[in-house]
Amino acid sequence: MWKTIVRRFLLMIPQLFVLSILIFILAKFMPGDPFTGLITPETDPSRIEELTEKAGLNDPWHIQYVRWIARAVQGDFGMSYTFKRDVASLIGERALNTFWLSFLSVILLYAIAIPLGILAGRYHNSRLDKTVIFYSFFTYAIPTFVLSLVFLYIFGYKLEWFPTSGSVDIKYEPGTLGYIWSKGYHIILPAITYAILGTTGVIQYLRSEIIDTKAMDFVRTARSKGIPTRKVYSKHIIRNSLLPIAAFLGFTITGLLGGSIFIETIFGYPGMGQLFVSSISSRDYSVITALVMLYGFLTLLGSLLSDIIMSIVDPRIRIE
Amino acid sequence: MNKKYKRKKKYKSSPPTGIQVIFREFRKDKIAMFSFISLVTVIVAVFIGAYFIIDQEALMRISLKDNYAEPSGKFLLGADQGGKDILRQIIVGAKNSIIIAMSITLITGIFGIFVGLICGYFGGWIDNLFMRIIDFFITIPSLMLIIVFVTIVPKYSISSFVFIMSLFLWTGTARLVRSKVLSESKRDYVQASKTLGTNDFVIIVREILPNLSSIIIVELTLNFAGNVGIETGLSYLGFGLPPTTPSLGTLVSHANNPLVIQQYWWVWLPASLFILLMMLAINYVGQALRRSADSRQRFG
Repeated sequence: MWKTIVRRFLLMIPQLFVLSILIFILAKFMPGDPFTGLITPETDPSRIEELTEKAGLNDPWHIQYVRWIARAVQGDFGMSYTFKRDVASLIGERALNTFWLSFLSVILLYAIAIPLGILAGRYHNSRLDKTVIFYSFFTYAIPTFVLSLVFLYIFGYKLEWFPTSGSVDIKYEPGTLGYIWSKGYHIILPAITYAILGTTGVIQYLRSEIIDTKAMDFVRTARSKGIPTRKVYSKHIIRNSLLPIAAFLGFTITGLLGGSIFIETIFGYPGMGQLFVSSISSRDYSVITALVMLYGFLTLLGSLLSDIIMSIVDPRIRIE
Repeated sequence: MNKKYKRKKKYKSSPPTGIQVIFREFRKDKIAMFSFISLVTVIVAVFIGAYFIIDQEALMRISLKDNYAEPSGKFLLGADQGGKDILRQIIVGAKNSIIIAMSITLITGIFGIFVGLICGYFGGWIDNLFMRIIDFFITIPSLMLIIVFVTIVPKYSISSFVFIMSLFLWTGTARLVRSKVLSESKRDYVQASKTLGTNDFVIIVREILPNLSSIIIVELTLNFAGNVGIETGLSYLGFGLPPTTPSLGTLVSHANNPLVIQQYWWVWLPASLFILLMMLAINYVGQALRRSADSRQRFG
């Protein structure tokens, strides 16, 4: 068990290394340099030269790379030139917002998907099953930004049930109950949108898993012993079918990360995805490189999590 | 003798071939049939409209007096901030989206199938190499990297956009084809052909590839839908087509302005619905094709 985890962890290192080189090269190609905004036409050319020398931009690229990666490992990604502050603390603040949004989304996602998947599997080929299939098909086909905008239009602007942007009302003091409530209130609409978009995979997997399990011998044995149908489902079928769903968790997190770029931009939610889009527009490349690196790391972590859960759930796939 | 043989042939029942299976499947599934017909109609209409009827230069000309004109006789679906006709922009934008999505599907399809065939059939170091590359592509945040690429490419145009997208999107097809070729190349017919001394190239192209055709068609159709989604999504964020080119995503992105989303629904809603319906239709066709590729799931 531990061997598997350690091995998977070691496999991440070369992938992160290649990703960091790719990002470093891309950062070198990005237009502008770290002094954009600091330099005016009146700045003395020798001053610019001095700044360049001090930032180490005249060194060969591999030395610059080693310096960059050494700092990045310690959590120092430099300064953001639009926000005029430390990138790490800037991202840390946004990451917390994204974390709460993703957390609520995952809970809602499973709260929607598991009952629907179980019902569709249990009443296979019924009208309910067909409705669920249509629902999951619809959410699979609809692009993230279209659904988000339509929801924002209907629930945010027309019905005015939810706020249309931001993560908290400014009138509340941090730490008070009203503040927490306002935060939660701002998260609900993006989280629901997020959750609905992610349900397809879990529903379809759970449904087919239950349909397959229904036909197995142990279920027939349980039935012939005279166990009531309700119990056969709750104790025998669902327990067996839910195990592989647990492994979906890691992939769900990975999927949510990609979607956060759209969701946060549309709902004006100040998380990492929105920060990424605004940094791209303002060419704030110390933020961009840090975010791409972080997302790459989290994606790897998500697939690692899936593998670990999988190996706990299903001992057959453990690496010896 | 000859006569008897002919009669026999007439009554012989053969299993339905690929096209017949697909046709039967579509005849059974009314929604898929409807989706297919409307999709073809819309694509043809959009292309005729974009190439023969609409003058693109006149379309993108700004006329301030028609600022946010309401839907009326002059502007069937109203106009945007610059007084540009929405309906015409949707038509031209849809044409651009379809062309881009098709080019990406073709490029990634051809490259993915090629890599998949080679890796699955030959295995060995080349397979190892490509699988490592594909593993890498799966674990990177590709949407972010596409955006970064888009912003740093000098002389950005539609073709560079297609190229950047293709760079990141070929891996799915390659993986699928590889796994199918892997199981196919263990079959008896391939072994028999090898024993007969058939050239590897001939085995791959003439014997294995036809057996994968149905899966490949399904994969390409669903990829096409996915690519339409990604292209319009990126254009929506402002990292897709250049702003001077009419695009569905750009039209939807007008909704980022709170005033537009609340009061000028005709600017963004029709384009959103168009994207939604197009995606649904392509996916329906794709699902019907998928069912006809798998005999256990068929309706017809």
